[in-house]
This record gives sequence, C-alpha cells and structure tokens, in this order.
Amino acid sequence: MTSQEALYNYTLRLGDTSLILAQRLSEWTGHGPFLEEDLALTNIALDIFGRGKSLLEYAAKLEGKGRTEDDLAFFRNDREYFNALITEQPNGDYAKTIIRQAIIDCFDLLFYAELAKVKDTTLAGIAEKSLKEIAYHKRHSFSWVNRFGNGTEESLTRLQNGLNEIWPFAGELFEMNEVDAVLLKEGIAVDLNVLKPIWEKEVTQLFAKANLTIPEGSYAHTGSRRALHSEHLSYILAEMQSIPRMHPNAKW
Amino acid sequence: MQSKESIFSLLSEIPDPEIPVISIVELGVIRDVIISGNDIEVIITPTYSGCPAMKQMEDDVRKKMQEQGFENIKITTVYNPAWTTDWLSEEAKLKLQKYGIAPPEESTTDKSFLTGKLKHVTCPRCKSKNTVMISQFGSTACKALYKCNECLEVFDYFKCI
Repeated sequence: MTSQEALYNYTLRLGDTSLILAQRLSEWTGHGPFLEEDLALTNIALDIFGRGKSLLEYAAKLEGKGRTEDDLAFFRNDREYFNALITEQPNGDYAKTIIRQAIIDCFDLLFYAELAKVKDTTLAGIAEKSLKEIAYHKRHSFSWVNRFGNGTEESLTRLQNGLNEIWPFAGELFEMNEVDAVLLKEGIAVDLNVLKPIWEKEVTQLFAKANLTIPEGSYAHTGSRRALHSEHLSYILAEMQSIPRMHPNAKW
Repeated sequence: MQSKESIFSLLSEIPDPEIPVISIVELGVIRDVIISGNDIEVIITPTYSGCPAMKQMEDDVRKKMQEQGFENIKITTVYNPAWTTDWLSEEAKLKLQKYGIAPPEESTTDKSFLTGKLKHVTCPRCKSKNTVMISQFGSTACKALYKCNECLEVFDYFKCI
C-alpha cells in the first residue's frame, strides 16, 4: 500500500464516519423531545455534516479520478463505506442517542486534537476547525448524560439500556490496520493506542457520575475498516442516496 | 486595475445572509483577495464547518466580482487559521447588539468556551447581566439561546469560538 492510497482510505474513513453520524442525528429533526433539543441535535448534525463534506472533498482530491464529495457520498455502496459501526446504529430513544454521542464526542475531542498536529496540512486544518465545535458537542452530550443518570429511575434505566446496546460498538473506534501503520510512519495518522486509556478514564468517570454500570465482557464488534457493516448502513444509504441516484444530474 | 483595498470595500457591501446588519468582511470570513489582471481569487473561511450560508456568500461574492468585469473568478475555501469570533470588529459587535443579538463577550484566549464557565452575557435589550442560558444551540450554528431574568426577553447570543 502506497502512502497516497493509505491517506485516501484514512480520509475516507474519517469522512464516512462524520457523514453517517450526521445522517443518523438528523433523523431527530422535527422529532426532538422539545424544541431546544431538536435545535441542538440538528445544529450538531450540521457541524458534523460540514466536517464530513470537507473530509470527503479532500478524499476525492486524493483519489484523483475527478470525483467530487457528492459522488463519494451518493454513488458508493455499503461495501465501499468505511464509517465506524457505532455511527450507523439506530438512534433508539433520546437516552441512547445521547450516550452514543457522549462516547463519540469524548473520542473525537481527543482524536481531532491530535489530528490537528499531523504533518498533512489539510487534515490538520480541518481538525483545528472541528475542535472548537466538538468542544461544544461534548459539553452538550456530557451534561445530558449527567441529567439522565441523576434524574428519575426511568431516565437512568433508559440511559443504562442505551449504554448496554451501544457499548459493544465503542471498541472499534480504536482499531488500527495497515492504513494506520503506513501513515504513522509518515507522521500523518493519530496513534489510537495512545488515546484509548485517556478515553477510557474519561468515560469511566462520566459513567460513575451518572450512576451507570459498564456492561460486562470485552467483546467489540468490528468490520468497518474492511468495509463490512451491520445491516443498518444499507437502509441509511438507501434513504440518503435514492434521489441523487434517480436523478443523477439534477441541479438545484 | 483595482486595488485590494477597493475590492475589500466592495465586498463590504455584501451583507451576511443570516445576519444582514453586518457585512461578510466585518464577519471576518473574507481572508484575502488576489488580483491578477482580469482574474481574481477570493479566499474565504467558513464560520462553522457546516454553515449553510457559505454557498450563498460564495454566490454573492461571485456576482459582485462579475459586476466589476472580472472574467475568471476563483473562490478558495481555507480552514486554517480557523475562524474565531475574535475577528469581529468592535463596530460589528455594536451592530449585532443593536440588532438584538448579544455579541461575544470575551476573547477566546481565556478558553471559557471549553469549560462553559462563561462569566455573564448582557441582555441586548435592557443591558442587564442577570441572564440565563436556555440552550447552547440557537437559531443558527453560531448562536446560543439566552433569556434575560430582568426584562424576560429571549435573545440570541453570538457564541465565542
């Protein structure tokens, strides 16, 4: 694998992860538990969409086949997508969406802070820009985990159920493969092994404050680094891609 | 041939699509202008990654430059250095306040935006500092929602980033 191929795949992985998470979050548009939270979730989705657009734009440029970010988003199949499995999991109730978001925000703040220091200036620039936004997202999700965890018996039960469902998908965020190995040598990738203990410490503290118990067992679902997904991704893509595929040259 | 200054002053006539009381130059999204003969390159930076107004701003800039007779108009987006509310001029902040939007209260260098320990936000209507945040996320990506405890006005606050 050349470093150019590795960089393309790495950028695609980050872009896809942002795009699919944003698409999932935007399902809450008009369905939030109350107006302010509806606005909050859609604002967060918008930030993440923007990050995904910048990353896929760069990926398209790296690929060098004349494709655009829209081509990458709308004309690839599930077996060509590299988004982390956690992002494609169904939203569930609000507590599950929030706990998934807290897990990802905590990872993202650590990850993008490191990505802002890598030698690739485009990736570093996008990371620097995203950091400020992620700081806001994390404040939002962490504060809701706290509120649900220290609210009523019902809110704690739902939060715990959400954590039980989403936890087995968290470990994959730290999986590294040949792409990471090639880029780490060049000073372009983030070493996920270094981030993992810091992330674990932070989420463990958050869960303790919110009276949550981390599910037993260390099994983690995996596959997205090889473009293998849960069934949910195909349904997301079907909805997201149907219009552009039906009218491939439509302009608006 | 037009000077960079004259182009900047022309661009100052373009209002922000979402907050029309300030211009896109005052907002700080126009980073540079490179003129060479009949060609022009305008360098812009987004406020927020997903700001939906960016496309509108690009179209407005393109139109304005076409009116000036430029043939090749290139608009380049840069992410670094990342946009910050520190780039809003004092004059722009005053305009925001008159419009009913509380301007960012402090410099981002104190990192209060990371900890959330913002000291106070002044109500743009009655100037009371007795205000409370309703939601970190408001009507656009760049704003949060606040309420004044004195005059009960609900208002937008331009977040420090």
